Amino acid sequence: MDFTKITPIHLDILREIGNIGAGHAATALSTMLNKAVDMKVPSVKIISFEEITEMVGGSENIVASVFLRIVGDAPGCMFFMLPIEQAEHLLGDLLGGQTVQLAEGEYSEMALSALQEVGNILSGSYLTSFSDFTGLNLQPSVPATSIDMAGAILSFGLFEISTVSDYAIVIDTAFTDMKKHDEVKGHFFLLPDPESFSKIFNALGVPMG
Amino acid sequence: MSEIVKVGIADIDLVTPPDTIRTTGLGSCVGVIIFDDRKKIAGMAHVMLPDSSLIKSASMNIGKYADTAIEALYDMLIKKGAIAKNLKAKIAGGAQMFQFTSGSEMMRIGPRNVESVKHQLNQLNVPIITSDVGGSSGRTIEFDPESTRLTIKTVNAGTKVI
Repeated sequence: MDFTKITPIHLDILREIGNIGAGHAATALSTMLNKAVDMKVPSVKIISFEEITEMVGGSENIVASVFLRIVGDAPGCMFFMLPIEQAEHLLGDLLGGQTVQLAEGEYSEMALSALQEVGNILSGSYLTSFSDFTGLNLQPSVPATSIDMAGAILSFGLFEISTVSDYAIVIDTAFTDMKKHDEVKGHFFLLPDPESFSKIFNALGVPMG
Repeated sequence: MSEIVKVGIADIDLVTPPDTIRTTGLGSCVGVIIFDDRKKIAGMAHVMLPDSSLIKSASMNIGKYADTAIEALYDMLIKKGAIAKNLKAKIAGGAQMFQFTSGSEMMRIGPRNVESVKHQLNQLNVPIITSDVGGSSGRTIEFDPESTRLTIKTVNAGTKVI
């Protein structure tokens, strides 16, 4: 993986993937919650492993996450990650207004299962649009959930890339509430495997140098 | 004033009292502490991958792999004045953060890291005094070279000292 061959055009392509993918996911989330959900302009960064965990508030910050592997033409990892309070709100809304506790390991099977389903639907719509946009055959694995330290969770998505590099390309899209605009509801992280980048760029007719 | 030496992902560092050394958010990575309890010198490595033969690129970060990181940590300690026969180790991490029914080899990275770390320490004749490995929880660990106590914090299983 040679990051020097990646031009601003390539980064724009990745940003567009994040834009379309997360756009569809935001619509799905909005339908599920029956309220408006907004998203920020996706950021695409080539960053060190340390910096990735900083994006979610530091390595020790506790988050609720759904993880899945992308299999097919352009394999990779995908995370849907929420600050713990936001996950409680989201699941509370989904489960008909009941109070959901996720902190301190006291969460119910029901809450965890709902979280998994949310992750499933959102990442499914993200991936479908990613696949439509590129014409690549992409399928999600069965999602897995974890409520734990952000660093511990994210490092799991870095193993493929870490065999070739100390840096990763992260496509990050943040969700916000329409009313409270600054409040970040969650993040989508797409981490393509190193060999997937050339496949994505080729599929869109902009091969790497 | 004592300070906390922070060790990042794929990083290695040394510590002497009154300072302590710490790494945060260990998932399937393994935190390896090697210490000389007489000379009061300790070091920590945050190992990400089991084996440097997995490497696919020319440049190499030795702190990333169990085999190269532990060797480097060992050499750093000896150079700093630690005595080889005094050296002991404590290890923590190697969790399986996500449970998958169809487990590929990459998904078993935690247990593989632990195996590799144990093997490498054995090669260097450094005994492992205590360990807290496996499970499905992330860990933040902090080592005090004075008392040689390793404090392990988890989200789901509380805090313990080994």
